[in-house]
Amino acid sequence: MIRTIHADRIADCVAELCVEACTVLPKQVRALLGEARHNEPYAPARESLALVCENCKIAEQSRIPICQDTGMTVVIAEVGQDVHIEGGTLEDAVNRGVRRGYTEGYLRKSVVRGPFDRVNTGDNTPAALHVRLVAGDRLKLTVAPKGFGSENMSRLTMLTPADGMRGVKTFVLETVRLAGANPCPPVILGVGIGGTFEQAAMLAKEALIELREGDHPDPVIDALEKELLDEINRTGIGPQGYGGLTTALAVRIKTAPTHIAGLPVAVNVGCHATRRAEAYL
Amino acid sequence: MAKHIASPVDPAIIPQLKAGDSVLLSGVVYTARDAAHARMLETIKNGEALPIDIRGQTIFYAGPTPAPPGRVSGAIGPTTSFRMDAFTPALLERGLQAIIGKGDRGAEVIRAIKQAGAVYFTAPAGCAAYLSKCVKSVEAVAYEDLGTESIKRLTVHDLPLMVAVDCEGNDIYELGPQAWLSGS
Ligand code: SF4
Repeated sequence: MIRTIHADRIADCVAELCVEACTVLPKQVRALLGEARHNEPYAPARESLALVCENCKIAEQSRIPICQDTGMTVVIAEVGQDVHIEGGTLEDAVNRGVRRGYTEGYLRKSVVRGPFDRVNTGDNTPAALHVRLVAGDRLKLTVAPKGFGSENMSRLTMLTPADGMRGVKTFVLETVRLAGANPCPPVILGVGIGGTFEQAAMLAKEALIELREGDHPDPVIDALEKELLDEINRTGIGPQGYGGLTTALAVRIKTAPTHIAGLPVAVNVGCHATRRAEAYL
Repeated sequence: MAKHIASPVDPAIIPQLKAGDSVLLSGVVYTARDAAHARMLETIKNGEALPIDIRGQTIFYAGPTPAPPGRVSGAIGPTTSFRMDAFTPALLERGLQAIIGKGDRGAEVIRAIKQAGAVYFTAPAGCAAYLSKCVKSVEAVAYEDLGTESIKRLTVHDLPLMVAVDCEGNDIYELGPQAWLSGS
């Protein structure tokens, strides 16, 4: 059975999700922040974390964005293959939603129309839209506004199979060190390992947005996540980069099959304002 | 204990500000970020006058969200400072006294801060709802076509800042992590 969803409903939903994502930090991120604050042994760092927690409370209560960088709007649309969209294209609907959400929700317009002429589009469009075709007759929309303080610190490299796990660790740690205070630590890292060049980047993005709860199903990858988090929290960078234990809140890895000759690794750096809101239509 | 200081910052108190000090800043600051800096530098290159007199003033690297009706300011907070590194020495040479941003600065900027007897403050990043409460007035004064990137004159009250680079060139981004690592 084909289910019909009108494009206007998609636009309405995206508009709401933009505002929600920018003002209410996901519970899971708040829990990670609370835990980090509790475990932080360095007093100045604890104060920094307390301020971040306080900020989230004010944002939610007063409906003020958590961060002034309300990001470039990453939208993931998981479209059931039994869904028919009427009344316009998915892409138009998503962009209409972003336009309305950012305008009527008083969010910052941070998108320029070209990399060199740098003219602001004035409504935060276009969204960075990723469409996935899935089973079923539902449409899942995930809106994840991405600030560029942290996006700018993200990196990708094509390692060789011989570099192995050690090479991956070195690259991830190097990325955190190079980033320093710029991505507003404590950071959250999404790491994509394997696939092709573009798949690695997308895996990293998904790992960051999905922020899997609980252990990784593969014990080897689970151990790698924990080891990386531990190592990152030994760099001393700390909250805001002023020193301390809590440089990262979490590391999430996604892997994919890759070529006999390759070992692509992408690190998508997220800040403590790793925002996300989702809904099903 | 945080020191209360006024902006524009009195040059006489600059030597008392040490990297790592907490301060609460009140008074007038001007926002300017990437696009406004690029324009100001173009203006300087062309030998023209800047749209604001920056002598003795404080620049805040910030692009706020629009203020909803009934509110003075939207969410506001610092943007990453190093992107302004290429422009900063020229502004310091022309009398800029204080900067507010986030993240570390290049060696050349630190040298220029020392030379100018200026100070680089950092504001807590990603705390823009909290900081919006410190803003008492906002007025766009130049480059309004740049939207969030226009130059705005803000009046702030008790903006919670850290002295990140002091006039001797000490840098919290080196000293802070060192202090933590050596103590642990
Ligand atoms: S990196 Fe994150 S917390 Fe920092 S300014 Fe950007 S969106 Fe805000």
